[in-house]
Amino acid sequence: MGRIVAGIGLSHVPSVGPAFDRGRQQDPAWKPLFDAYVPVREWLAKLAPDVAIVVYNDHVAEFTFDQYPTFALGAAERYAIADEGFGTRPLPEVPGDAEFSIHLCEQLIGQEFDLTVCQEMGVEHGFLVPMNLCFPHTVDREGKARWPVKSVPLQVNVIQHPLPTARRCFKLGQALRQAVESFPGDRRVVVLGTGGMSHQLQGRRFGFMNEKFDQWFLDQLEADPDALTGLSHHKIMEEAGAEAVELIMWLTMRGALSPKAKRVHRHYYAPMTTGMGLITFEE
Amino acid sequence: MGAMHAPIPDTSIFDLRLSRRGRRLNKMCAALCSPTERAAFKHDAEAFMARFSLTEAEKNLIRKRDFKGLIEAGMNIYAMLKIGSATGNSLYRMGAQMRGESYEEFLKTRSISGAV
Repeated sequence: MGRIVAGIGLSHVPSVGPAFDRGRQQDPAWKPLFDAYVPVREWLAKLAPDVAIVVYNDHVAEFTFDQYPTFALGAAERYAIADEGFGTRPLPEVPGDAEFSIHLCEQLIGQEFDLTVCQEMGVEHGFLVPMNLCFPHTVDREGKARWPVKSVPLQVNVIQHPLPTARRCFKLGQALRQAVESFPGDRRVVVLGTGGMSHQLQGRRFGFMNEKFDQWFLDQLEADPDALTGLSHHKIMEEAGAEAVELIMWLTMRGALSPKAKRVHRHYYAPMTTGMGLITFEE
Repeated sequence: MGAMHAPIPDTSIFDLRLSRRGRRLNKMCAALCSPTERAAFKHDAEAFMARFSLTEAEKNLIRKRDFKGLIEAGMNIYAMLKIGSATGNSLYRMGAQMRGESYEEFLKTRSISGAV
């Protein structure tokens, strides 16, 4: 059967992508962020997952406001690297797990989460930055590139209001757990909840951050996630900046874990305009 | 400002009303996710804007690189990153303008300004 072995909450700041591609992991400004993921990758290697379910949002690359799904799940054998408007990053296509995805679609829709199902879907920094940090691809001597896990992208509308509520996102995680566990084949699964933490990218309040809120959110995510499901979008935007509302996607990850999942890593770094958080849980 | 959310000072909340207002602008920006379209924009921005039926007021905001005005006109911030890139304006440069500061002034407000 399918089994969720771990969950990770992490930010998906776009500038991490070029820093990764240009090998700037040891630059003084970037080192604290990249170093935080060294023990996370060692831990993940021991957990040996087969699949990463990545809860993320697209930023007007693959989905436009002509048609904008509230929840969209990938059900493809592979996912192309999307051009976000700055050129396509030099990354190999991401392998999917269509059979597993189809099962998740059936189960989630059966549990009344009426997702948009995507048999073709490009992925961009919301998905790719967390993968670069947790599951970086390797290139062998013959130049063949390989990602260490297969992926299932789960896209959430967190940019065009009305957004799904924090509670709805948490419940989606709970439904996802049931869906994973009812899979007849063997799959070890890690769920990544991405985005945030505090940031605002427009208006006079551009660059606003709130470390106190972010640390409180990390505390609560570990100790009392139920309480976080009562947060309104307005409260998050007011306290942590308009774009911080992405944090509701971390609740999908937390909802997919059992209440007694143990917190393993925690890190916070806020160099420029975004509180970059990291928290991991193990079942 | 939409009916769903009480205003937050100095903050734009991108809701369906704003999205509807910014339809033409956001469609144009979304097209910039293609190298051919980026080349077309750089070759002849006026023709490009006309193709997406921008109003004269919208065209003026683009011509003036008025990022604060574009947000108010309904451009989504992530759509704006694409027009920013096509016109040589990084997120932080656009942000400084929206704050009413120079880029250098803005950088001084950051704790580690090398992480760009």
